[in-house]
Parts: sequence; structure tokens; C-alpha cells
Amino acid sequence: MAAPKKAAASAPQDKTNGGSPPEFTKEQELKALRDMLLIRRFEEKAGQLYGMGAIGGFCHLYIGQEAVVVGMQMALKEGDQVITGYRDHGHMLATGMEANGVMAELTGRRGGYSKGKGGSMHMFSVEKKFYGGHGIVGAQVSLGAGLAFANHYRGNDNVAVTYFGDGAANQGQVYESFNMAELWKLPVIFVIENNRYAMGTAVSRASAQQDFSKRGLSFNIPGHQVDGMDVRAVKAAADEAVAWCRAGKGPVILEMQTYRYRGHSMSDPAKYRTREEVEKVRHDQDPIEQVRNRLLAAKVSEQDLKAIDAEVRDIVNASADFAQHDPEPDASELWTDVYR
Amino acid sequence: MPIQVLMPALSPTMEKGNLAKWLKKEGEQIKSGDVIAEIETDKATMEVEATDEGTLGKILIPEGTTDVAVNTPIATILADGESAADLAKAPAPAKPAAEAPPAAAKAEAPQPKSAAPQAVAEPDPEVPAGTEMVTQTIREALRDAMAEEMRRDADVFVMGEEVAEYQGAYKVTQGLLQEFGARRVIDTPITEHGFAGIGVGAAMAGLKPIVEFMTFNFAMQAMDQIINSAAKTLYMSGGQMGCSIVFRGPNGAAARVAAQHSQDYSSWYSHIPGLKVVAPYSAADAKGLLKAAIRDPNPVIFLENEVLYGHTGEVPKLDDYVIPIGKARIVRSGSHVTIISWSNGMTYALKAADELAKDGIEAEVIDLRTLRPMDTETIVNSVKKTGRAVTVEEGWAQSGVGAEIAARIMEHAFDYLDAPVTRVSGKDVPMPYAANLEKLALPSAAEVVEAAKAVCYR
Repeated sequence: MAAPKKAAASAPQDKTNGGSPPEFTKEQELKALRDMLLIRRFEEKAGQLYGMGAIGGFCHLYIGQEAVVVGMQMALKEGDQVITGYRDHGHMLATGMEANGVMAELTGRRGGYSKGKGGSMHMFSVEKKFYGGHGIVGAQVSLGAGLAFANHYRGNDNVAVTYFGDGAANQGQVYESFNMAELWKLPVIFVIENNRYAMGTAVSRASAQQDFSKRGLSFNIPGHQVDGMDVRAVKAAADEAVAWCRAGKGPVILEMQTYRYRGHSMSDPAKYRTREEVEKVRHDQDPIEQVRNRLLAAKVSEQDLKAIDAEVRDIVNASADFAQHDPEPDASELWTDVYR
Repeated sequence: MPIQVLMPALSPTMEKGNLAKWLKKEGEQIKSGDVIAEIETDKATMEVEATDEGTLGKILIPEGTTDVAVNTPIATILADGESAADLAKAPAPAKPAAEAPPAAAKAEAPQPKSAAPQAVAEPDPEVPAGTEMVTQTIREALRDAMAEEMRRDADVFVMGEEVAEYQGAYKVTQGLLQEFGARRVIDTPITEHGFAGIGVGAAMAGLKPIVEFMTFNFAMQAMDQIINSAAKTLYMSGGQMGCSIVFRGPNGAAARVAAQHSQDYSSWYSHIPGLKVVAPYSAADAKGLLKAAIRDPNPVIFLENEVLYGHTGEVPKLDDYVIPIGKARIVRSGSHVTIISWSNGMTYALKAADELAKDGIEAEVIDLRTLRPMDTETIVNSVKKTGRAVTVEEGWAQSGVGAEIAARIMEHAFDYLDAPVTRVSGKDVPMPYAANLEKLALPSAAEVVEAAKAVCYR
């Protein structure tokens, strides 16, 4: 075996719009900043609570990847569905699920979205059209195609945004789903969040074809590589993909080139990459800093940005407080929800 | 000497067929490879090709004849230089199929000639007295159940391999494409894991899919989606998001298809909380329970049996015949021993009960019909009466459904037992191909008789 190559930490190139994504309005920048900050602060708090023993089991943080889900969500409309794998807290917050309910699920309390029975990897909100939260790598891809199947069957123009990672992209059912999605022209956007590592295995060590936008080529599914650290590039790619799906042209693949700052889960020894690599991405490409710098350059005051910070911190602190004081589920809950 | 053309066996479980049409006339020249006739089986219409050359001498079975046994001579071919006068030399036709060598092997396979349970001692509580009955094959009963539910609910659709244009690999979905169209009767690629996942996803979005597996052997590829996605999501979502879906198809041993195509998955699925598992034996139950399964808001595993598809039974002619899931049925009353089975296991159980009656042993035969939730009450009440129990299953004994039944009897009726509960099951080996070994691997009525006599100390 060849020695594993460390993924280069250079800036991913956006190829959907020739390198320069369309500018956001000030309102869009502010919304993106606020939504990404909420995810980041939430995840930092979750990490903290995990360290205190308040959260058990596995806990996979989304820090670094915030622009992907926030940019995608900005292109969606009422009724569009979202489904993802186990690194799902960011997706839930982006779809509008309450921080309290998500955090209380992490601590296994009755006010959690799954009444404390699902935990970090298994949360759902039918109301917000968030279909999980799935712990089996790749399973959500077939399920997401199934959500799109339902849209197609009902004849509406909603799309199903199906997120999975570079690791899941090697699972067999992904390609079974690609085949049927294109065969039946299902309105599904396959968002491959390429954060360069499947747990501890670099893309270069696991993937024969490292350009994930090409993974649908043999099924005639169009694919695009997108700078997943720039929320504007994500939104622009999402707009095109959504339009394609709504027009009945079938599925699209978007490879989001992104990066996770934290370990795979909380128990990650981080031996597979250097601290310098992480620091460099943080310093050069951080999705939140990019927006903040643009806003400051556009003469938005530090004061206004601090107000957003404060609002987000309040939400997160309140959720942590709720999640630690909400009672555990009643013992009788053990036996409920097996059948309906 | 003239050559006989025999009624061919066109599938592993075919016992008879209809001679739909002759494409050649008597006296016509025939070359090897010519299509000479069309035969309808319960699964499909097939062409019969000549394998010999000559002149079609005599048609022995006229077109339109139904239920022609496999290996029955259907025509004679005269070789060059032979004439009609030579026909007399041909062996006497109309030899019963069961005596011909290839079919003999099948006749030994577990296939009752009689229709689904005739020996019903207990009246069916779901059917009002005086209800008109229609005779149907189990295949037709299943098809009607799906068609009725699809008419009733626009969210119900069928997907699977060959369910639409081919009309079903085992013809269970025959006619559905014509009535409901390609939007609701969907041929999938051969991709069980993927289409099971798509079905579950569609169910999570509120549709009610019927996912057909060509056989449950192939559902192993989809096991993750069935267990991890379909069965567990309601619980993991705190009751918020469920999955109303039916996974159906033939389960268990067919005939002479060997280990990878002959396995009983009853105990596999019945292990899983969140799933319901139904395995009917009679045509009426097949219909009533499939309708219930389609309406059920939970994922239901509906285990059919290929050997039983062509068997006929009386199905109540009711507008909406739905049988509740989770109720066993006492098919034959008796006081000496309780025999518990389901699906094709009932074949051995009922045959054994007949044999036992000749020896003065009255067996009570329970058709479980549903494996999860299991109707413990019916089993226990019967055992309290008889004091003895024998379970019959095609699957393996270890961690099998029989083992579960035995445990429940011990838990709930230990003091009533006069003998240990005995299991009759498939032998602890992969299914062999050879006809004699296959027969040995499966349970038999004789084994059930032996077990029943043993627990009666006879």
C-alpha cells in the first residue's frame, strides 16, 4: 500500500460559477451568519456537555461544515425534505428545529425530539420535514430517494435533499439509489459532504474516484464540485440544483468540499491529520469568518454583529440549561412507540 | 418408433398446466426448435418447442384442455418413413404424471394435492354465517387483496422486480399493471437493498408501499433497511414518524432449488420488535391478512409460500374481508395433543392429524397465521386442554419459532404439561438439491405423527 497522502489544505475551487459566486444581499449575509453561528455555538456547547458526561454515546460535531447546510437550506421552500446521516445536529437547526429539543435529545431527556429514545444520531421532525438522523452509513441515501419518490408519486414539485459524506459515498446502496433516481427522474439532490475524512481514513486512501461530482456519471446524473466553505457558492449551486429537480429533470449531485475541525466523534484520537492542517483551514477558509469579514467590509458595525452573537449564545445557553434540567423519560416510555 | 412429446415442467413447482393452443396441425412437418404449442401455467404462458424432427402424427391432448399433469404425452411425432399406422407402436398415453420419473420426485416434495384446509372444525369467527364462498387460488386471493386495497387508497402502490410488465415472477401481481398503471405498479431493477430503502423512505413520507421480494432469500440484501430503518424508526423518533409498509413474497423452501433459494425466515423477522410478521396458510387468510397488513400503520413482513400459491381454498365473498393480525385459528379441534404450525407447515400438521385420528388420537391443530405478535393465549388455552404440544416448522430448530412457542408454553402452562413440548423442524443443514436429500431435510407428516405419538406416550 502506498503511504497515505494527507489531503492538501488548499482552498477548494468553486467550479459551478467559474470561481466567483454571486454576492449575497446584506440580509442574506446576516441570516447566513446567524444560522451558521447558531450551529457552531450549539456544537461547541454539545462538546462541552459531552465532556461533562451530560451527553452519552456517540456525538459527531458539525463544526467547520456549517456553510453547507445553511447555504442549501436558503434555496429550499416549504415542503422540501431533508435527510442525513449521523452528523446531524447542524441539519436539524438549519431546518428550524428548536435548539431545546435537539439538546434535550442529546442529554436523553423527555423534552428531546425523540423523547430521549433516539439520541444524537436519531432525531426527526415531521413538521420541519426533517427525516433523520440515521446511524447506518449510507442508509439515508436510499431513504432520501424514497422521499423524492413520494414527491414524484404525488406530483408536487418538492425536492428531497439527501446529505451523506465522502465515506458513505462508497456504499453500494448509494449507487442502487443513483440508478433508480435517474431512471425514474426523482427530484433528489444528493449532497456529498466531502470533509476529507471518513472517520480517520483520508479520501485518498478510500476512494478510487476522488472527484465525487463524477460519482453519478455512469447513471447520467449531473454533478458539480462546490466550495462548501463559502455559503454563497453553496446557495448558488443549490439554486441551480433545486431548479433542475423542480423542473422534473431528475437528480443532481453536489460535492461540497468542506472540512470538519473536530474529530469524527468525541472519542477521536486525531492521529490521522496534523494540527497544522486543521489550523490552516480554520485560518484561511472558515465559513463564518468569511461572512463576518464581508459584513464588516460592508460597514456593518461590530455592535450589530455582537448582537447576533449574543442572541445565539442566549439560545444555546438556554438549550443547555433546559437539557440538563428536563426530566428523563418516564419509565413507562420504555414500552411505548414500538407499534402504533 | 414414433416419439412422444410430453407435457413439460416449466418451473420448479409446476405440477400441471393448461394446453392453451396448438400451433401445428396433425400431418405438418416439424423441425427441431419449432414452437408447436402454448402452455399456460399458473405463472405464465409458455411456448413448447419441438426437440425432434418429423411429422406431427397425432395430437393426444386437444387445445383447451386444462390441468394436464406434467409428463403426460400430449402428441406424437413421426420420424421420416413412419406413417400414421406406426402410431399404434407408441407407448400408451395418459400415464399419470405422478408415476413419471421427474414428477415423482416432486410428488414426494411437500405438496398436498388437496385444497387449503378443508377440515375446518371451528367456524371462522370473521365470516358471518351464510356468506357466499368463492374458490380461489392463494395467488388470486393475494392479488385481489392488493387490488382491493389499491382501489380503496391512492397511497398504496406495489414495487418490486417483475411485478408490472412480466405480471409477477410468480404471477401474484397479475393484472395490476393493467388496472392501476405504471405509476402505481412499478418494476424495479434487481437491487433489493436500494428499492427496499426507497420503499421505506416513501413510507416515511406517508405513502403505503407494498414491496415485493421475488423471494425472501433476496431480502437478505435489504435486511438493514427492513430492520434498522423500517422497524426501529417509530421508536427512535419517539412515536413521531412511522412506516406503513408491507414487505411480501414467497418464503421457505420451494422445490429443488437448493440452499440459497430455500430458507424459512420466520424466526429471523419474528425476532424484531417493531415488525409484525404474518404467514398465512389458507387462501381466505391470505386475502384477509394481506388486506390487514396493507392497512396496518406498522411495517409488516408478509411471508407467502411458493408451494402454496397454486392451492385453492374457499374465500368469503365479502366487500371487505379483513382478518385482524395477531390471531391464531384453531383449524381442527381435538383433545389429545396440540399441533401448532403456520404457512406450509400446516400441510404436515393437517395430514398428520388425519393419520393420528386413524389411531384414535384427536389432535387440535392451531394455525398461528401471525408470528409477531404471537397469539400466546390460543396456544396456552389449547395446551391446558390437551396437556401436550408439538410444533411444526420448515425452518431450523435452533432459535426457531418452535423454540419460542415451547418457551411460552413452559412459562404459561407448565403445570398443565403431561409431556415435554416437542419440535418438528427442518434439519440442521443447508437445503440440499438432490430430491431424496431435500425430502429428508424438510419436516414430514410422518415425523409429526411420530412426535405426537411420543408426547402421548403411544
